[in-house]
Amino acid sequence: MTPILKISSLCKQFGGITATNNIDLNINEGEIHAVIGPNGAGKTTLISQLSGDLKADKGAILFQGDLITNMPSNKRSLLGIARTFQITSLMLDMSTLDNVALAVQAHSGHSYRFWQDARQDNQLIEPALYVLKQVGLLGPKDIITRELSHGEHRQLEIAMALATQPKLLLLDEPMAGMGGEETQKLIAILKRLKTGKTMILIEHDMNAVFSLADRITVMVYGEIIATGSPKEIRANQKVKAAYLGDEELQTC
Amino acid sequence: MEKATRFTLRVKITVVIFLVLFFLPIYTGLTDNGFYLDLVNRLMILAIAAASLNLILGHGGMISFGHAAYLGIGAYCVGIPAYYGVDNGPLQIFLAVAASGIFALITGAICLRTKGVYFIMITMAFTQMVFFGFVSVEEYGGDDGLVIDTRSNFGSFINIQDNINLYYFILISLIICLFLIHKITKSRFGLVIEGSRSNEQRMRSIGFDTYRYRLICYVIAGCICGYAGALLGNFTNFISPEMMDWAASGELIFMVILGGTGSLLGPVFGAAAFVILEEWLSSLTLYWHFIFGALLIMVVLFARGGISGIVTYLGNRKQ
Repeated sequence: MTPILKISSLCKQFGGITATNNIDLNINEGEIHAVIGPNGAGKTTLISQLSGDLKADKGAILFQGDLITNMPSNKRSLLGIARTFQITSLMLDMSTLDNVALAVQAHSGHSYRFWQDARQDNQLIEPALYVLKQVGLLGPKDIITRELSHGEHRQLEIAMALATQPKLLLLDEPMAGMGGEETQKLIAILKRLKTGKTMILIEHDMNAVFSLADRITVMVYGEIIATGSPKEIRANQKVKAAYLGDEELQTC
Repeated sequence: MEKATRFTLRVKITVVIFLVLFFLPIYTGLTDNGFYLDLVNRLMILAIAAASLNLILGHGGMISFGHAAYLGIGAYCVGIPAYYGVDNGPLQIFLAVAASGIFALITGAICLRTKGVYFIMITMAFTQMVFFGFVSVEEYGGDDGLVIDTRSNFGSFINIQDNINLYYFILISLIICLFLIHKITKSRFGLVIEGSRSNEQRMRSIGFDTYRYRLICYVIAGCICGYAGALLGNFTNFISPEMMDWAASGELIFMVILGGTGSLLGPVFGAAAFVILEEWLSSLTLYWHFIFGALLIMVVLFARGGISGIVTYLGNRKQ
């Protein structure tokens, strides 16, 4: 497999705190790569640096061979990198369909079009409805996003990222705050999406991680302490000591 | 069903307003009462200006405290050529729109790099610069302003030297501007502007260069308001820096909020309420500003959607 994303010596400091410290990581095309670690390990910082929401202090990011280290997030999105947010980040005063249609619109040429009614534009509506169907959100498509439930917000997060037709999907705790049933639903959705997409998945739900991930990277205090297959990670002594704990491993 | 009722009340009110506007000159002509015509002229010009501000403030979330600058620039683009004997209407209008657009492009490029209260302050600062700029130019009257001897000349077909013709010229301008703004807000571009107000980070994250879209929107609003300024110069036959005083910008914000941000007719309601209340209250008491302030507080506290929101509410209740 060829790496779609190459990360080398990536660093980010916030004042005296080192959020990511010399991260070296290759992500293979087509894999689901989970990043786990305790709170404050720098997982979200890593995602934000990959998506362009945070500037890297040092290091390099290569996406499909292009250096994107200093590229703003909107340009990375056009190259095919999409992210979801741990803390739901949506256009709350627009409808569900509007949110997804905007994501479609962002990737269908420039938006200096002032005349045609965008909400009647089938070039936007049809792909948006398709994505909403994929994540099971067709029902509340005309409802203002603010009114949706937490679980629906999480689904919409993913729908918006999918609507940009990404090659690389960065999922920042997609299951955060979800109940058991909703989590199962989302795992099923992600499994279905697996074909043809590369994903980096940050998640605390170990059940989700071990049932989805092809490879797992463990971060602690801004550093990678292990990368490997789920099996290898389960067996890794350093990981056990630092994070997982024997009890949790046995249940997976 | 609910939607249909809301629609009809709104449409009814709109139709009534524009019917009144359309037939007003006949009424004032019969009763020989030019005062109302002047009042409504001012109202309609301010409605165009407020509608353009609503485009950036209501739809785009860009709270500009310097929007009156374009009223002034537009008016001076009529006044200064007229001062040199150039009364070519299309040329004056072109100058007004172009100068406003360029001013919006330059200042917007800087202002839009800031957020929140800084944006408010910096838009105000740029407008004050223009204000003091015109105060210092003695040639064009400085502080005292300048009387415009002739109105814009659009040839014999549209002769706005005549007050009735000027009135219809302004009315048609208002309708066209509202229609343009309506089209823009519903378009792809409009959705990007709305999305950027709602969540700019996410808009960037899904691939939009929000800065550029917002800047273009800022320029469009400036151009429309510059056009309103050109009308204002023609209507008052007088230009003065006072048109772009920071208080004038505040009044435009007042109209937008009073009428209801983000709705198409809100600014028209707001401008109407402003002009009529100003006229009425100032005839009652010297302290009419006080009542004005209290009213704005009431609207912000109890009727967030402004007059437009109240119309929607009544429309819903009626069914």
